[in-house]
Amino acid sequence: MNHAIETLKLNRTFKIKKAKDKPAPSFITALEEVNLTINKGELFGLLGPNGAGKTTLIKILCTLLLPTSGTALVDGVDVVKNPALVRRRINMVSGGEHSGYGILNVRENLWMFSQFYGVPKKIAYERIDTLLKLFGLDEFAKTRIGKLSTGMRQKMNVIRGFVSDPEILFFDEPTLGLDVQIAREVRKYIANWVKNNSQKTVLLTTHYMAEADELCDRIAIIDHGKVIACDSPSNLKKLLRKETIVHIEINLTDENFEHFSQLPGVKKFALEHKHNIGRTELKFILENDSAISQVTQALSSNGSKIISLSKTDPSLEDVFVALVGRSLESEN
Amino acid sequence: MKTDLKTNLKSIWARAYVRIVGANREPSWILSETVLPLLNTAAFVYVYKALRAPEEYIGFVILGGAMTAYWMNVLWSMASQFYWEKEMGNLELYLIAPISRMSILLGMAIGGIFYATLRAVVVFVFGSLIFRVNFFISGVVELFLIFILTMIALYGMGMFFASLFMLWGREAWHTSNLFQEPIYLLGGFFFPVKTLGYTVAMFASAIPISLGLDGMRQLCFKTGKTLGFLDVKIEILLLLGLSIFYIWISHYALLFMENLGKKQGRLTLKWQ
Repeated sequence: MNHAIETLKLNRTFKIKKAKDKPAPSFITALEEVNLTINKGELFGLLGPNGAGKTTLIKILCTLLLPTSGTALVDGVDVVKNPALVRRRINMVSGGEHSGYGILNVRENLWMFSQFYGVPKKIAYERIDTLLKLFGLDEFAKTRIGKLSTGMRQKMNVIRGFVSDPEILFFDEPTLGLDVQIAREVRKYIANWVKNNSQKTVLLTTHYMAEADELCDRIAIIDHGKVIACDSPSNLKKLLRKETIVHIEINLTDENFEHFSQLPGVKKFALEHKHNIGRTELKFILENDSAISQVTQALSSNGSKIISLSKTDPSLEDVFVALVGRSLESEN
Repeated sequence: MKTDLKTNLKSIWARAYVRIVGANREPSWILSETVLPLLNTAAFVYVYKALRAPEEYIGFVILGGAMTAYWMNVLWSMASQFYWEKEMGNLELYLIAPISRMSILLGMAIGGIFYATLRAVVVFVFGSLIFRVNFFISGVVELFLIFILTMIALYGMGMFFASLFMLWGREAWHTSNLFQEPIYLLGGFFFPVKTLGYTVAMFASAIPISLGLDGMRQLCFKTGKTLGFLDVKIEILLLLGLSIFYIWISHYALLFMENLGKKQGRLTLKWQ
């Protein structure tokens, strides 16, 4: 069986320009020994903080970047050996992109991009009109794209991805900067597209936990270029079924609480500063319930005032904390 | 193969459409692209008039002024276009599409030729009428051949420059700035290239417009041949060679630069 995407020991390093005061150029590892298999018909998520290597991986799979070593296959085709064949099968949409030409209207821009994939004119316009209606952009079809709001522009970008009807569609942070309502609409359409087309595949990168949880059949958690876990959201959460998850809110503080991870019963600990509401959230993964008292006592003796304490079911965020030892939200 | 060709043809038209439609939607360009270049050309005409130069020189200037439109189009709207496309976020969408990069550049060129031709025609027609230029066409077929080959070689050279912009971004932008005036000089836009002397004129012949203008002048004016650099037939052959060379080298340069960019990770890196 051909997988939609397969990577084998994929590595990518970037050379950093030699600085005047340094003797030699340095290297950054963006991807390290990445092994992934994504099935056809799957909505697969790559979850990780900024700089984790998500975009690098997408760029390699889209033939925009060469791997330093290893193999990447898209629909069974090697991205290095036969990029032209890969390009016929794919399309890509990035969050916050400003593609297209301001002098053209929405419909014309979408038609233009469809032509790069050889879509017959009639089919292209039919698809464009259907998608514009579905995304609620039909009344802006004749509007020049320079006059669109950010959200509308991103909807247009998402439509652009679907217009060529690719086998595999890459979304790099597709809902970045969108308001809740528009992000929801975009997610809904992506999910339906995969559901209604059993052979179509979506690879989506995000750092929004809820988005990954809601949309994806499977998720790979990626950090510092390494895939540290890969499974369905529910299975990932099951990793923490024996642990106790506790979230505690205290007044905003600069203290790093590093010593809290040494407390008896604390398996992992992460904190997130919420400057907008003046609070710091502490996330604990504990061996069992009895460790809660250890934590609260330590906080009291530290002089921190607990505003709220809740014991929750594991979320993907907790899985991330458990695997990586820090909070994804705070990283972003 | 047939599908590939069809897709590439569609892409050429789609990319050309942006410029052709753009021209209709923002008519203010007509003033800046026609009237102002005519004034610039007129200034050189008056220099020759003040020096009481032979009548042909005025025709030379008008022809050079008209052809400037194509050179400007190649330098600023084609060679550097990949730089702008990168900044806008379109370049990576072109690169992941299953089409030749040359199709995109050709689409830009065709769209740009639309503007450039209008500018050239206005300079040529109005310049000729206002300054009463007398033409004496000695070979229509040769003239047509020279013009077409000059265009192919010139736009081929533009594609070659575009490969540099694909990767070098702002550095190539500065290079373009650096090239503009020397090429104005070596191109012989406002004087016969022969004036530069044999060695420099030979060197300048690598710029298709130098040979093209020289050949067109020889074929358009009575005393043109006496001021010509090389025989027209040789110039046609050289232009044919330049056309093949620039198209060939631009094809490989685009591939090479794209691969280098993919290797270094700079292909879609903005604000380099």
